[in-house]
Amino acid sequence: MTDKALAVGDTDVFIPVSINEETCIGCNLCVMVCQPDVFVPSIDPGGVPVVLYPSECWYVGDCVDVCPVPDCIALHVMDKNKVIWKRKESGEEFQLS
Amino acid sequence: MTASQAQFDWPYPIKWGEEQRVDTDVLVLGGGIAGCWAAIAVARNKGTAVTLVEKARTIRSGAGGSGCDHWEHAVTNPCCPLTPEEITQAQIDSNDGYNNGISHYIEAKEGYDRLLDLEKMGGKIRDTEDEFEGAEFRDEKTKLLFAYDYVNRYTIRTWGTTFKPALHAECRRLNVGILDRTMVTALLTEDGKQGGRVVGAVGFHVHTGRFVVIRAKASILCTSRPSRLWLFTPDLAGISEFRPMQACGDGHAISWRVGAEFTMLEKAVRAEWSGARSFPPYGTGNTHNTWYPCNMVDATGRELPWVDRDGNTLETTADRCRPAPGQKFFLKGGGETWFQKYEFLGPDLPPTEELIRMGYKLPFYADLSSLPEMERKAIWGLMIGEESKTKIPIKRMYEDAGFDPSKDQLRSYGDSWWSAKFKPSERQFFGLPGGLVNNWELRTNLEGLYAAGDTLFASDCHGHAAATGYYAGRHAARYAMSAQEPMIDENQVQRERKSTYAPAKREKGIAWKDLNVSITKIMQEYCGAVKSDELLTQGLNVLQDLREGEGASVFARNPHELMRSLEVLNILTNAEIVIHSSLVRKASCKQLHFMRSDSTEMDPPEWHKFMVVSRNGHGVRLRELPIDYYAPMGENYEKHNQDYIRENSI
Ligand SMILES: Cc1cc2nc3c(=O)[nH]c(=O)nc-3n(C[C@H](O)[C@H](O)[C@H](O)COP(=O)(O)OP(=O)(O)OC[C@H]3O[C@@H](n4cnc5c(N)ncnc54)[C@H](O)[C@@H]3O)c2cc1C
Ligand code: SF4
Ligand code: SF4
Repeated sequence: MTDKALAVGDTDVFIPVSINEETCIGCNLCVMVCQPDVFVPSIDPGGVPVVLYPSECWYVGDCVDVCPVPDCIALHVMDKNKVIWKRKESGEEFQLS
Repeated sequence: MTASQAQFDWPYPIKWGEEQRVDTDVLVLGGGIAGCWAAIAVARNKGTAVTLVEKARTIRSGAGGSGCDHWEHAVTNPCCPLTPEEITQAQIDSNDGYNNGISHYIEAKEGYDRLLDLEKMGGKIRDTEDEFEGAEFRDEKTKLLFAYDYVNRYTIRTWGTTFKPALHAECRRLNVGILDRTMVTALLTEDGKQGGRVVGAVGFHVHTGRFVVIRAKASILCTSRPSRLWLFTPDLAGISEFRPMQACGDGHAISWRVGAEFTMLEKAVRAEWSGARSFPPYGTGNTHNTWYPCNMVDATGRELPWVDRDGNTLETTADRCRPAPGQKFFLKGGGETWFQKYEFLGPDLPPTEELIRMGYKLPFYADLSSLPEMERKAIWGLMIGEESKTKIPIKRMYEDAGFDPSKDQLRSYGDSWWSAKFKPSERQFFGLPGGLVNNWELRTNLEGLYAAGDTLFASDCHGHAAATGYYAGRHAARYAMSAQEPMIDENQVQRERKSTYAPAKREKGIAWKDLNVSITKIMQEYCGAVKSDELLTQGLNVLQDLREGEGASVFARNPHELMRSLEVLNILTNAEIVIHSSLVRKASCKQLHFMRSDSTEMDPPEWHKFMVVSRNGHGVRLRELPIDYYAPMGENYEKHNQDYIRENSI
């Protein structure tokens, strides 16, 4: 075992969270709170965290809840999980976007 | 860089091989709901040091880390006419005795005390802003809000997103030593012997890889229940199961290795929820749990009929929240699958097939808009919002996309909340699965090792975890005060250090996900819906091959992958425990969802008992316990809790 370790991200999977690189202040609160450790902090101090293990996301949204910058981090839903609702009066159908 | 597909040097400082030593009186393993409460109880016992080890971050970790919308069985609240004996006995009877009479009695007896405690710490448990003034489910004096049975008022609606941060802050205020992002990998025993007194644990930091050795007079296992034995989807690993993937039953595997006893692990139900196939939990129209007692309509807008246990139609929403004529109380309704005894059966919709026969057209929708306003607000706003996993992914995201509960009807997918259908061979630990055997001190069979929350057999729910956590903390602290100094066996430490690091020493091999897939395939094939001695024995042999083959070549390139690899090796051990537990029960049992093809008899009376298994060398020891081994509940509780009873009567 060396003193090295390599970060190898998940490939070809759905990405459940995205961070707005323009507004993120690199506080790493999202990294701190995430149970399964989906993120790792940027190697640059104050940089934008990396979504390294997207397949391990629990879709709980604690990262979104804790972020101090409005609309900076977003949770996404897979297409197959987008539920439908119907406006009662008009019968018009909507789907989670 | 915000996407994955990245490869770079590990961003945390690497400390492979470095060692941290901690000495404490009581060690709490797992900082979820039970773990935090256990640590608080120990810390309140003046002069007793406590260390809590948590794989994630205590502030939001565990199944209840991000919320809890209903607190069950709080029978000692001032509005409930029931007794702890009544509600516990009902839970026992409705499971034909296959239940934990000790832990559920503690839940009923002390759960409400914990809720009051939580309020002092900053948790919100009542309608202080009078948002629900005048609602039928509100007590105007205490401002408590109730769910389900509004006559008996034993389940309390809560603002549970406030709970975990409050518990975390209380732990810090009480100087609990918290080791976050640290995975416990083994328990230490006196002289390193299986079956000996538990004297601490080892683990490692999941960012740096640093090894940690903790010496403790007593330890409390609060690592929750196993998962990912039958269900695993590599691309959606984090939602392969209902609960967070950190809590996958490590505690079961590590305590099995040192000789702890387990029961009821032969019970696994047909799977109810998995992210790969189900829709987001609480995010589809249904009548279950959080959504109780919602109106449902069919595709033409015709309202589906709610009925009581005798099939009588219930006209109003309020009727769904009362016991049936001649019934004292009910144990949930609305698609509840665990308490199906007539005596305790709650209001429900007829099964979907029957509704279709009655002419109702698919798909069905939940119609919040036609509910009385207070009920609508209680479901969408309070419960959807405060339930773990609903604040952001359901409430905020649906509303941002335009969903309006006063105007819109939300699609229901499949039957009730599980929103998917699973094959009979796809099993899951849901409801009241097996786990560690406990006595009236919540001690296991091993001296120095206590257990609480969902690690216990037949356990479930937030209030149960809180009450049993606190209770185990009290008893462990009392033991620690008079216990002898613990002696760590350094040979055992070195052995465990070697196996902890083993996957990180390999440069290549099998990835943890592949190993997990293999386990689920084996479990579905050899330990699925229908069992037999031949199948189970073959299953054990195949698992053994897997352990010696792919299991011995699983590899990790950083501490995070090491955590995942060790988790899967623990899942492999848990699969073995489940098979051993299944092998010793020779007759089918309906309540345990346990079917055998080599025994035609269902529930013969001589098998109405707990089968208890533990590891004995490389073999398995079997012990039997009477189905009511904990009786009489009230008397035994009093015998073991005089201090608590005295303190609380002052
Ligand atoms: C989405 C959701 C909603 C729920 N809503 C409700 C509700 O409204 N009401 C209700 O009564 N119940 C609810 N429950 C159930 C309730 O949350 C659980 O029963 C309760 O959290 C169990 O507590 P616990 O302490 O046993 O386990 P958890 O709270 O899950 O804690 C276990 C902890 O152990 C840690 N751990 C595991 N392995 C290790 C290791 N090797 N080393 C260190 N740490 C480890 C985990 O990281 C975790 O933090 C819900 C569950 C879920 C998933
Ligand atoms: S949604 Fe939850 S699990 Fe997913 S990245 Fe955010 S905090 Fe982590
Ligand atoms: S919490 Fe928000 S601002 Fe802070 S690092 Fe994460 S995304 Fe950026």
